[in-house]
Amino acid sequence: MSKKTLTGAQILWECLVREGVDVVFGYPGGAILPAYDAMLDYPIRHILVRHEQGATHMADGYARATGKVGVAIATSGPGATNMVTGIATAMMDSSPIVCITGQVGSGLIGSDAFQETDITGITLPVTKHNYLVARSSDIAPAVREAFAIAKDGRPGPVLIDITKDAQLGVCELDWEDAAPDMASIDRSGHSFGVDPIALINAAQRPVILAGHGIILGGGEAAVRAFAEKTQIPVAMTLLGIGSVPASHPLNLGMMGMHGESWVNTAIQEADLLIALGMRFDDRVTGNIKTYAPNAKKIHVDIDPAEFNKNVTIDSAISGDVGAVVTGWMSTLVDVDRTTWLAHISDQKGDAAVRDIKNLPDDGHLYAAHVINDIWRITEGKAIVVTDVGQHQMWEAQYYHHETPRSLITSGGLGTMGFALPAAIGAKVGKPDAEVWVVVGDGGFQMTLCELATMVQEGLDVKICVINNGYLGMVRQWQEFFYQRRYAATPITGPDIEKLAGAYGIWGATVTSRSQVQSTVDAARRQKGALIDFRVEQEDSVFPMVPAGNDLHNMIRRPSPIVETSAD
Amino acid sequence: MQTFAVYVDNKPGVLNRVSSLFRRRAFNIESLTVGHTEVSGLSRMTIVVNTDERGARLVEANLYKLLPVRRVDNITRVPTIGRDLAMIKVQATGDARTQVMQLVDVYRARIVDVSPETLVIETTGTEDKIDSLLEVLRPYGVIEMVRTGRVEMVRGTSQAITVAPSRGIGDGPTRTADGGAISV
Ligand SMILES: Cc1ncc(C[n+]2csc(CCOP(=O)(O)OP(=O)(O)O)c2C)c(N)n1
Repeated sequence: MSKKTLTGAQILWECLVREGVDVVFGYPGGAILPAYDAMLDYPIRHILVRHEQGATHMADGYARATGKVGVAIATSGPGATNMVTGIATAMMDSSPIVCITGQVGSGLIGSDAFQETDITGITLPVTKHNYLVARSSDIAPAVREAFAIAKDGRPGPVLIDITKDAQLGVCELDWEDAAPDMASIDRSGHSFGVDPIALINAAQRPVILAGHGIILGGGEAAVRAFAEKTQIPVAMTLLGIGSVPASHPLNLGMMGMHGESWVNTAIQEADLLIALGMRFDDRVTGNIKTYAPNAKKIHVDIDPAEFNKNVTIDSAISGDVGAVVTGWMSTLVDVDRTTWLAHISDQKGDAAVRDIKNLPDDGHLYAAHVINDIWRITEGKAIVVTDVGQHQMWEAQYYHHETPRSLITSGGLGTMGFALPAAIGAKVGKPDAEVWVVVGDGGFQMTLCELATMVQEGLDVKICVINNGYLGMVRQWQEFFYQRRYAATPITGPDIEKLAGAYGIWGATVTSRSQVQSTVDAARRQKGALIDFRVEQEDSVFPMVPAGNDLHNMIRRPSPIVETSAD
Repeated sequence: MQTFAVYVDNKPGVLNRVSSLFRRRAFNIESLTVGHTEVSGLSRMTIVVNTDERGARLVEANLYKLLPVRRVDNITRVPTIGRDLAMIKVQATGDARTQVMQLVDVYRARIVDVSPETLVIETTGTEDKIDSLLEVLRPYGVIEMVRTGRVEMVRGTSQAITVAPSRGIGDGPTRTADGGAISV
């Protein structure tokens, strides 16, 4: 390819376009103005957000929906610091995004210049890598390397801070020369411990723990084939939902703090756990000392820094989950596991009795009903983007996801305010998909400014606000562990239907279950919709493993409750 | 205790990345030294961490997640020579002066600065040896001490380092003495 002489700002867009970028989420300002000016000459769709946090969540939602790298762009100082929550969210959930920030001129760095902030210092612990680019000629290699790092191995966010003079300066673009040195980026780790095959072949009561890594690496088919061949049941982490279809007979459902009771029980009774692309977060293990006490543990992960971090591993295999389990297939022997599977299923009957889904319509509106109805009406085919709180757990329990990347949620960081912007990003990435937001009245008010972004961009996103008048999940903890002392959890908000009107979005209010079907039907015919579901105010999510409790000691609907010191 | 030889790009901010990692993962650093290597652009850190073998694997895997970290060797179990360098300024007049000079001899240390009131003693060796010299000097009045922290090298023939530094993009500008900034 011929060399071209361009400004740094032009090189930035030239490189982004060549990396396959056609949309960026951003907000302009002084230090990034040269880049914005140059953008007009490139085939880039710019989505103007209402807050830079939204830009990062949108890039994240875009990445999670499509598997491509999402790009967010902002100015220096406050623009850059507003991105931090979104970057940390992407880091915790291994989402590949590239954030570009303008920086003051290199001559001013270190002088506390107007809107100067040390964003590479601030984001150091929440990025895979970051750059402070002060030379135009560094822009191309930085962008190319940033994309490689964001996607490679365990994905994650990368930030490129570009000084204003580097954007304005002129130099030659040599695309080939700017290619990243993959040998130095790709860091495969080593495996250790005992032979996993021997453990699998010997196991009588094995459980697969399916995590986000399966989806990130595209290993769904391989994992499914492995589970089917071995007849090993699969438990899912929150972010692993969709890795195996909900309707698959071997899929047990979600594990952990609000996991299904039979799933947690199966894990505690197991003699082998096969962890695939998951990281034994405290929300899925409960008390680590009593976690799966009789189980050997196999851990497959692309990030060797996860091995032995939380749980002692007998067999650690470093690599892409799909490739690793495919490599196992030929050496697996057939083991009859019908007794184990039957034992697990026997416990489902008991749990189903306590399932809120089975409650008759008594005039009350339960969030679980709303979500289950939306699942039924959308035939389980929507991309659902949730916020954080009770509604998030009810979504995971009552919307049954058949395909990967159809549930988008902030797991690791638990970022309220994530849903609406992430859904906008998902819709931009998957324009033909039906995209639903499930959000609490608390989290909705954190980023509702992005309604305007949705309208300005003409995006068809359906928003279901689970409005319980409380910061529900915190209220639930207060109810269980703080003697119902509701400190700062009752919350008011705007009239959501009127708010919809103010933004020019179709809106509705639902107060009883009988209205759910018709309202959701009507919403689906609109381009964009905002529905206020006034649900039962003091409902709680069950089952619940109180933080730090043994995984098998779940609070069931309703039963006596004890507090633990760990949270 | 686990000891690592860590080869890193000799670039601004690398020490910050490494120390930030140890802080946020709550790894307990006992000592960390850094200096140039025979390969230009490459620095070597000797990091001693208070942890066990399981912890050591985590430290190593986490270090490898930092891009400017080019290679990590856990040298805890291989034969090495470890050295610490110290300079100790002691109060030494009259009789005490002769006694201090005798101790310096015994410890094969050196006197590198002399003033009417004080002596500066330089010594290299293992931490134990330096600690023990320090103890015997204390009664005379140690005014100041500076130590480098441990550097360590594997004994005998070993492979030359094959890693090379990366090309160093996005290191930011560096400020010059006259207050202006230059792009590096
Ligand atoms: C940014 C942020 N602040 C605080 C929290 C702590 N938190 C977790 S859940 C929750 C309540 C969420 O309330 P709401 O959005 O109304 O959803 P609900 O639980 O009622 O479904 C809070 C405050 C958080 N996760 N994120």
